[in-house]
Amino acid sequence: MRNLKFSEALNEGTLQAMAADPKVFLIGEGIDDPKGAFGTTLDAHKKYGKARVYDSPLSENALTGVGIGAAIEGHPCVMVHMRNEFLLYAIDQVINHAAKWHYMNAGTMRVPIVIRCLVGRGWGQAAQHSQSLQALFAHIPGLKVIMPATAFDAKGMLYAAIQDPNPVICIEHRWLYEKTGEVPAEPYSVPLGQAHVVSPGKDVTCVAISHQLYDALEAKRQLLTKGIDMEVIDLRSLRPLDRTTILRSLQKTGRLIVTDTGFKSFGVSAEIAALAAEEGYAYLKQPVARITLPDLPTPCSYALEEAYYPKVGDIVAAAEKMVTGRRTPVQEERSSAIAFHGPF
Amino acid sequence: MTYTTKKRLYEKMLRIRRVEETIAAEYPKKEMRCPIHLSIGQEATPVGLCELLSAQDRVYSTHRCHAHYLAKGGNLDAMIAELYGKATGCCKGKGGSMHLVDRSVGMMGSSALVGGTIPLAVGSAFAFKRDELPFLSIAFFGDGATEEGIFYESLNFAALHQLPVIFACENNTYATYSHQSARQADTDITKRGKPFGIPSVRVDGNDVEAVFKAAKTAITRARNGGGPTLFEFVTYRLCDHVGPAPDISIGYRTQAEWDQWAAQCPIKKLEGEIKERETILSAINQEIAQAFERARQAPLPALSEMETDIYA
Repeated sequence: MRNLKFSEALNEGTLQAMAADPKVFLIGEGIDDPKGAFGTTLDAHKKYGKARVYDSPLSENALTGVGIGAAIEGHPCVMVHMRNEFLLYAIDQVINHAAKWHYMNAGTMRVPIVIRCLVGRGWGQAAQHSQSLQALFAHIPGLKVIMPATAFDAKGMLYAAIQDPNPVICIEHRWLYEKTGEVPAEPYSVPLGQAHVVSPGKDVTCVAISHQLYDALEAKRQLLTKGIDMEVIDLRSLRPLDRTTILRSLQKTGRLIVTDTGFKSFGVSAEIAALAAEEGYAYLKQPVARITLPDLPTPCSYALEEAYYPKVGDIVAAAEKMVTGRRTPVQEERSSAIAFHGPF
Repeated sequence: MTYTTKKRLYEKMLRIRRVEETIAAEYPKKEMRCPIHLSIGQEATPVGLCELLSAQDRVYSTHRCHAHYLAKGGNLDAMIAELYGKATGCCKGKGGSMHLVDRSVGMMGSSALVGGTIPLAVGSAFAFKRDELPFLSIAFFGDGATEEGIFYESLNFAALHQLPVIFACENNTYATYSHQSARQADTDITKRGKPFGIPSVRVDGNDVEAVFKAAKTAITRARNGGGPTLFEFVTYRLCDHVGPAPDISIGYRTQAEWDQWAAQCPIKKLEGEIKERETILSAINQEIAQAFERARQAPLPALSEMETDIYA
């Protein structure tokens, strides 16, 4: 089995989904340029060119509507935004149209559209290029929202999403793009709506979203040296949410940490904490802990930016406190992510 | 125009008018429990436009969709049942008056977000071009929608790719109660298409023959790969923005203005030329009465219906 980078896996999944259905098309601003959306649309463009890979005017709102309209006619659309913030131009088309069209029209209209977008981090990308807005979309009935964190899932979930007859928002963290993993060469689907227990444990559950999976796994390694065995779950699908896997883990460990790439309040971590409070109350031995971005816009200066982001040590400290009652001070450290030098 | 065609257009307009008037008459009984945006006075534009369309051609509409739905051939029983919130409604009771749809005749749905369906129509046209099919789509919208950014984005994309789409603006002067001159720096909507090289034409939207003639040109253009057309159909709604009641007392328009437009009624314009008016009206009234009766008798949706059609 060979290793691919996350970005290469997206590229391959896209190409194979396009081979499977000749009507699938890609559209996005500059996705046909020589960089090919960080390599994720490169092969599709090379193979299919202008007939199936379209550069888009800077008209996110209308182009989402065009994608929806074409999808309804049996042309599955894969739309690509370089930042999830750009998707906000199209919030009306996504929420009021894509998410509602099947329901309002009594099941007579299917909207097979996948909207891929990126979460930025680091190198001073600042407030408008560093948000992780999954909570906005995960809130909406009728949408599916996925955040693959491994190369294997990147290919399989994107492949499944392109074949899904529903609108799917696929949010990809920029720092995942260079992560490598085993990726089968043949086409395959990873079902949406299923979380993955990446590393079983018995003392505490950590539900990790997107790039936080890697901080969680590093935290697990450090915790094992302290005799604490953390179960790490890669959430990977936000809507539908795999409540069963989360609750099963909480039943086993009785302790829950959620680590999300979004802001702390009114988001995905809050939803999982609510799940624990409502349906896992009997299992909880300790209050839920949430390790997220602070409720602050992202600053630019590296002096502020480095302090802004949650640390592996925050997860370690939270787990330790839950299991032993002791709070070890969090050391100053670099986060576990690959150093990112920009330009963007 | 042949007498047969004229008669058919007259019948379609009259049918829409009688449906809308019946809805208005029944509405105070509070059995149709959703907002209604009636098309009284605006029948000619959709009837003239849809006459040459097939079921493979698409229409996308707005909250004011009744005339578009019926002109495209939408099922009357399903429409009235939908207003009554019944399980037999075109949306199974989940859409209501503002969201009429009938995919079997190419009526692809209606959105209550102003301008929201314009790009969907462009999307259909994009699909037709990709498949090299000779079909087209029509986006219906009002004068207010021409102020939304999405309108310009849609014009640009349709022109860029020379798509088979007709942008059909029904300019009835008012966005709810706000006059066009209060909202637009330049009220000449035909200018909107020109920056994109889109043929843009103003048409008397209350003259069904003029609409039909203009439609023929645009439809032929679209089917032959000639790209989009923008129409400004000048028309007027004789009813309130929403609801069945007369609205002069609200004060945003004058009785004199209303009277002027009532005299331009598209149905009155043709009436004198149609020989079997009484027979036509009688048949229409009977059909409508049956549709209302069926709707009243139809069952309400089961509670479980709330949870269906979330995902395909």
